[in-house]
Amino acid sequence: MEQKPAAPPKRTELHMARSMCWHCQSEITGEYFCEQCVKVQPLSKELDYFTCLGVPRLLNIDLAALEAKFYALSRSFHPDFYHNKTDSEQAISLGNSALLNTAYRTLKDPVQRAEYLLKLEAGSAKDIRTSPPADLFEEILALQEDLEEYRQASPDQDPAALAPLKAKLASDRDQLEQRQRGMEAKLAELFNAWDRLQTRAGFAPVDDQLRKEREAILKDLRELLSNRTYLRNIITDLVAAMA
Amino acid sequence: MARILGIDLGTTNSLIAYMDGQTPRVIAGKQGRAMVPSVVAMTDNGLIVGDPAKEHLVRNPERTIYSVKRFMGKSLADVSEELKYFPYKLHEQGGVIRIQVGGKTYSPPQISAMILKELKLRAEAHLGEDVRSVVITVPAYFNDSQRQATKDAGMIAGLEVLRIINEPTAASLAYGLQRKTQGTIAVYDLGGGTFDISILKLKQGIFEVLATNGNTHLGGDDFDRTILDRLLHEIRAESGLDLGQYPDQMQALRLEAEQVKIRLSDELKTQATIELPDGKGVFRREITRDQLEALVGDLVERTLGPCRLALKDAALQPSQIDEVVLVGGSTRMPLVRQRVQELFGRVPHCELNPDEVVALGAAVQADILSGGTQDMLLLDVTPLSLGIETMGGVMSPLIRRNTTIPTSAKEMFTTYVDGQTSVDIHILQGERELAKDNRSLARFQLKLPPLPAGVPRVEVQFLTDANGILNVTAKDVRTNQTQSIEVKPSHGLTDEEVERMIGESFKFAAEDLKARQLIETRTEAEAIRKATEKALGLGGRLIGPEETEDIRASLASLTAATAGEDHRAIRACIADVEKATHHLAEVLMDTSLKEALQNKKLDELS
Repeated sequence: MEQKPAAPPKRTELHMARSMCWHCQSEITGEYFCEQCVKVQPLSKELDYFTCLGVPRLLNIDLAALEAKFYALSRSFHPDFYHNKTDSEQAISLGNSALLNTAYRTLKDPVQRAEYLLKLEAGSAKDIRTSPPADLFEEILALQEDLEEYRQASPDQDPAALAPLKAKLASDRDQLEQRQRGMEAKLAELFNAWDRLQTRAGFAPVDDQLRKEREAILKDLRELLSNRTYLRNIITDLVAAMA
Repeated sequence: MARILGIDLGTTNSLIAYMDGQTPRVIAGKQGRAMVPSVVAMTDNGLIVGDPAKEHLVRNPERTIYSVKRFMGKSLADVSEELKYFPYKLHEQGGVIRIQVGGKTYSPPQISAMILKELKLRAEAHLGEDVRSVVITVPAYFNDSQRQATKDAGMIAGLEVLRIINEPTAASLAYGLQRKTQGTIAVYDLGGGTFDISILKLKQGIFEVLATNGNTHLGGDDFDRTILDRLLHEIRAESGLDLGQYPDQMQALRLEAEQVKIRLSDELKTQATIELPDGKGVFRREITRDQLEALVGDLVERTLGPCRLALKDAALQPSQIDEVVLVGGSTRMPLVRQRVQELFGRVPHCELNPDEVVALGAAVQADILSGGTQDMLLLDVTPLSLGIETMGGVMSPLIRRNTTIPTSAKEMFTTYVDGQTSVDIHILQGERELAKDNRSLARFQLKLPPLPAGVPRVEVQFLTDANGILNVTAKDVRTNQTQSIEVKPSHGLTDEEVERMIGESFKFAAEDLKARQLIETRTEAEAIRKATEKALGLGGRLIGPEETEDIRASLASLTAATAGEDHRAIRACIADVEKATHHLAEVLMDTSLKEALQNKKLDELS
């Protein structure tokens, strides 16, 4: 049976979703301040973080440019500069600053950035994984047995008798860390693939081919992020147990 | 717009500073000292704050409150281990410590308010204008309750607290202003009762805090206690005396321990001396710097863990820190400097007076708020994660530590049972997994419309403002109605209590003024008496015996008046002494002028 293609993800070119100054009711043409009465304007709740910080919706971001924009907007919005202003302006400054800080924190970190992009493009972020990914299943099952044995034995057992088990755990850890590095490399590849596609899409009309490619990348990204978090937790546990 | 001042409300000392053009300055009192000891004495003649109150520590230990900052936003259980060191009585009411003096009970914010008022008066005398608006500094690692308690103290003192800022970041503002630093800096702030480490990035006037960590119960007080415990032990071994039974000697010994510590920053050995009670003579003991360092080494080590955690949170190696800045009186200890230098691999900066730099930075921040300084902006972080208790007593974080403030998080709430009309929400702060291991900040009850389970949707916004203080608002998503919620603090004063304390504070103000006038006049009388004795010694032979007699008589009545409570009587006697010594002063002036001229001639001849 042929399936109907899923509805295309909504690509909203969001600008400041308002047109009238809250204070003087004149039409807003400037970005953040009314040109008539110079009052600060609230950032729209619909505003996505990429638009907020003036960067394209890509996964590789120029961090220096991001920081420069963050600093410039902080100077526009920070409550420190609104102490002599009205209560309404102070409230807007507080709300705008909180949104700006969240946007910068999210985009600064590559993983949070990717998770946020998934949420924007596909409606939800990563899945929370409770069982090991298929290709790691055997490895992790064996590891968890070893770890359990080690945990139960360690308080009163002779350290010498534990040495072989400890060595085994250390080698497990090395292997998992190897896996982790592999995942990071794959993540970088997906970042590049997404950015290439976005750049290409910038010139081409959205067709089925493009849509399929986009969905494929997002699907891989989602899976990789879930696996990555799962693996990271396992390694953290392992390191903590061995310490 | 009225001037805004900066206040460093410290554990041991407090200061107030203002912006004089482009330069922050601390305001000194009549004796020329900028530091006001954070000590409050409740005497029979009223309230005394600062240096004169310090004298009461030994004379009147049960009624003289010091280090009250350690109790801000705390419950009795939080401080149970150190109770034995405090001679005054503490109990708890409504999750807040109360200090009992005589028949009256005070909350820590009320005591802090007394110190704030003293600073306010000092600034008003210096500037010749009313002081209403201030910026107050707190340790970066202070939690929400401690910050709120500080804000309450300001309100009780009749001040408008425009901003609470973190001490290490305040220090960085003062340093940044002076040195025009760019790059990554670490501020190591070890004060009288608290320790903070903050890592900042300074770039084009933006001071961005990357990470902060600390311990709000680790400082110079703890160093003093280690020395104190050692001396107590030795006194017991030598004389069989338990000084713990003698509150006044305990205080004297605590102050001596502090002095020993201070002297050993400059000297390699010193002597601790204390008069023992019951005619047991004087206890003397030589202490070397090595011995001190062996005693406090562990405490200094305890500051390094937070430093490493802050570096880790900022994702930096020690070698990536461009400058290290030392703040707080305890960083004068050579051992502290050595350990910090070893950790960061570079010589720390201490060009600015570590006692004053926080107040100076608070004045800079005050100037930013009043619109004076426009090129500098501080972007600070929240030191501790904030969350709510969820099913099974687990802490579910909403705002992570080291998040730039202001910041907000939203959480949607609904019902599990048909017709359920409320949800209890418990707000927590801390880094632990289980709710019970974190600090309980507050509780509130969210009202929901009686509808089938899962239908109501109420969005709660947790907003941490630029002071690092939490504000909670709720909105029914279906009706778009905002809901007012009453948040009950777990370890804080209620709004009603603060209101009542503001009222009381005005009532006591009149009594306090009388006490202050008496103290000031007494101090003045003492200064005049000393000056007159000195003048008599120098010029007694130049005036007649009758005149000497008159002066002596006026001094005797002054001494008698000083023992009394009437400041007007003392003032009258001061005037009498001045009149009686008028001629003597002239004679001395003439003589010294002649001598000066003669010396000049000698100079010219040679």
